[in-house]
Amino acid sequence: MANDIKILTEHINIPGIETFEVYRKAGGYNAVEKAIKKMSPDEIVEEVKKSGIRGRGGAGFPMGMKWSFLAKPEGVPRYLVCNADESEPGTFKDHYLMKNLPHLLIEGMIVSSFALGANKSFIYVRGELMYVVRILEKAIEEAKAAGFLGKNILGSGYDLELVVQPGGGAYICGEETALLESLEGKRGNPRNKPPFPAVKGLYQSPTVVNNVESIANTPWVINHGGEEYAKIGIGRSTGTKLISASGHIKNPGVYEITLGLPVDEFMNSDQYLGGIRDGHYLKAVVAGGSSVPILPANLFYKTANGEDRLMSYESLSDGGFPTGTMLGSGGFIAMDETTCIVRNTWNFSRFYHHESCGQCSPCREGTGWMEKVLHRIEHGHGTMSDIDLLVDVAKKIEGNTICPLGDAAAWPVASAIRHFRDEFEWHINHPNEATKPGAVYMGAEILA
Amino acid sequence: MSVTFTEDKLKKAQEIILRYPEGRQKSALLPILHLAQEQFGWVSSDTMDYVAGLLSITPVEVYEVATFYTMFHLEPVGKHVIEYCRTGPCCAMGGEEVFSHLKTKLGIKANETTSDGLFTLKEVECLAACGWGPCFQIREKYFMHLTNQKVDDIIEELSK
Ligand SMILES: Cc1cc2nc3c(=O)[nH]c(=O)nc-3n(C[C@H](O)[C@H](O)[C@H](O)COP(=O)(O)O)c2cc1C
Ligand code: SF4
Ligand code: FES
Repeated sequence: MANDIKILTEHINIPGIETFEVYRKAGGYNAVEKAIKKMSPDEIVEEVKKSGIRGRGGAGFPMGMKWSFLAKPEGVPRYLVCNADESEPGTFKDHYLMKNLPHLLIEGMIVSSFALGANKSFIYVRGELMYVVRILEKAIEEAKAAGFLGKNILGSGYDLELVVQPGGGAYICGEETALLESLEGKRGNPRNKPPFPAVKGLYQSPTVVNNVESIANTPWVINHGGEEYAKIGIGRSTGTKLISASGHIKNPGVYEITLGLPVDEFMNSDQYLGGIRDGHYLKAVVAGGSSVPILPANLFYKTANGEDRLMSYESLSDGGFPTGTMLGSGGFIAMDETTCIVRNTWNFSRFYHHESCGQCSPCREGTGWMEKVLHRIEHGHGTMSDIDLLVDVAKKIEGNTICPLGDAAAWPVASAIRHFRDEFEWHINHPNEATKPGAVYMGAEILA
Repeated sequence: MSVTFTEDKLKKAQEIILRYPEGRQKSALLPILHLAQEQFGWVSSDTMDYVAGLLSITPVEVYEVATFYTMFHLEPVGKHVIEYCRTGPCCAMGGEEVFSHLKTKLGIKANETTSDGLFTLKEVECLAACGWGPCFQIREKYFMHLTNQKVDDIIEELSK
């Protein structure tokens, strides 16, 4: 691919880049100077709109559009909240970015807060990452000492305070309204919408919630302009994307890819994942975090029309759910032929049941049912009607809940049965074999 | 038994409360529960009452939060709490084998404490370190790319 550009990670390997001094020498905080001294808040919003960047937290909603929805009633404070809850299984890119480049996020928070007219902004970090909380707090102190945070930033009259808030261990707090509840010191129960956070968010005030990676892109957009950003990538998938790669690949880790990179190149070239570990072959991929539909290897490389699939929002979702999936959070999990799809589906189901906040019955009860039925199939006690029961329960959850966790729980189950039904049947027909440690059904249609 | 923060922790708690807008001190609840767990090792009902007092909120408001979030230990735990990830990607990275080795080595199951009070095992969900898995966390430290050998070394080191 011609444009192998690094918007976020260009400087990540410079020794000491986590300190203010080194980051500044590498051109860090230039975007704050430019934004605050030379641009108006509306001009910044305009650049972000032009960039075409879509939210990197999972839903892919255009960031500039979200910003322009922010209500601005007189005399009411506005808030920017950065979503650093990162708890979607398979996703570890924000963790990587924050621990290595804390100042990039802080620089992004300053320019974004300025654009939105926020004087107090929050970074909500999952509580398990307490060491990252401390890294961010240290970076904030450094930025403050240099005059980039606090009162009267760079003599402009603009004040901004950044608060890093630890969560307490709850996947649901990644959902933006649950996150706001949690930030108010309550249980992480998602709110009914509307009202949307842009109108009534944190403390009932207008609020923008954006993912770490989304915000970390804003300094580049300010330095180079939205139009330049929009030239990178493909179609409506502009810019780069951090992909967290795990599973049976040679080179697990976090990669910044230009959107539009062919899936085959990402999967198999040594510059990226290096292919499946030696002696094995790809069976299935979860391309965007545990909640997106699983794809068998053949549909992963090629769309249903036989086109080469690309790493972009549109190409990955080509064909809709019958033959496609979603880019989601970029949590990329590759599974080779030793993976038991039933066991993996049961594992994810247990996760969603464990993490359901319990407010709505389709989700609370449905996730429990799915876990139970999958457990019994995996452990050799399933019946054929269990498969249809799973499909039915998944259907009844989908679209019938307060927040999208219900969908996130239903999709992995529905898609696993759609593409690997024979493997479920094999478990049911061969209870003694299927439950032996390491037993895996090998009959699925697989591309080497 | 009455519970009080050390002078340092109390000062830290007061700093935290001041971060939020007037009248929104309840926002300090999660950070202060973390602070309490740091000092006491776990969160007892006395601790929750104490925290409620610090924030001028009702004890019930603290109970419902402390019981919702999985990071707070509501019962006494061992000296080292090993929180290992049981979610799919870590399993794909070899987690099931490594953690069954860990359990055998310590002679306990998930959510149990060794009889010498040294180790508690806690099963947790994805720790946002999947590609660096299998992984576990002990206090604030992440241990990644775990193998049976590494697990043995870590346990030996902590048993000294
Ligand atoms: C169950 C659930 C979990 C989520 N977890 C996260 C998360 O960990 N991090 C994140 O940025 N967004 C997460 N989201 C998406 C957020 O609700 C929200 O869309 C996002 O933070 C908006 O930021 P963006 O527009 O920059 O992507 C989650 C959504 C749901 C329904
Ligand atoms: S869908 Fe599930 S997690 Fe979301 S509000 Fe309903 S019960 Fe809670
Ligand atoms: S699955 Fe273990 S850290 Fe994500």
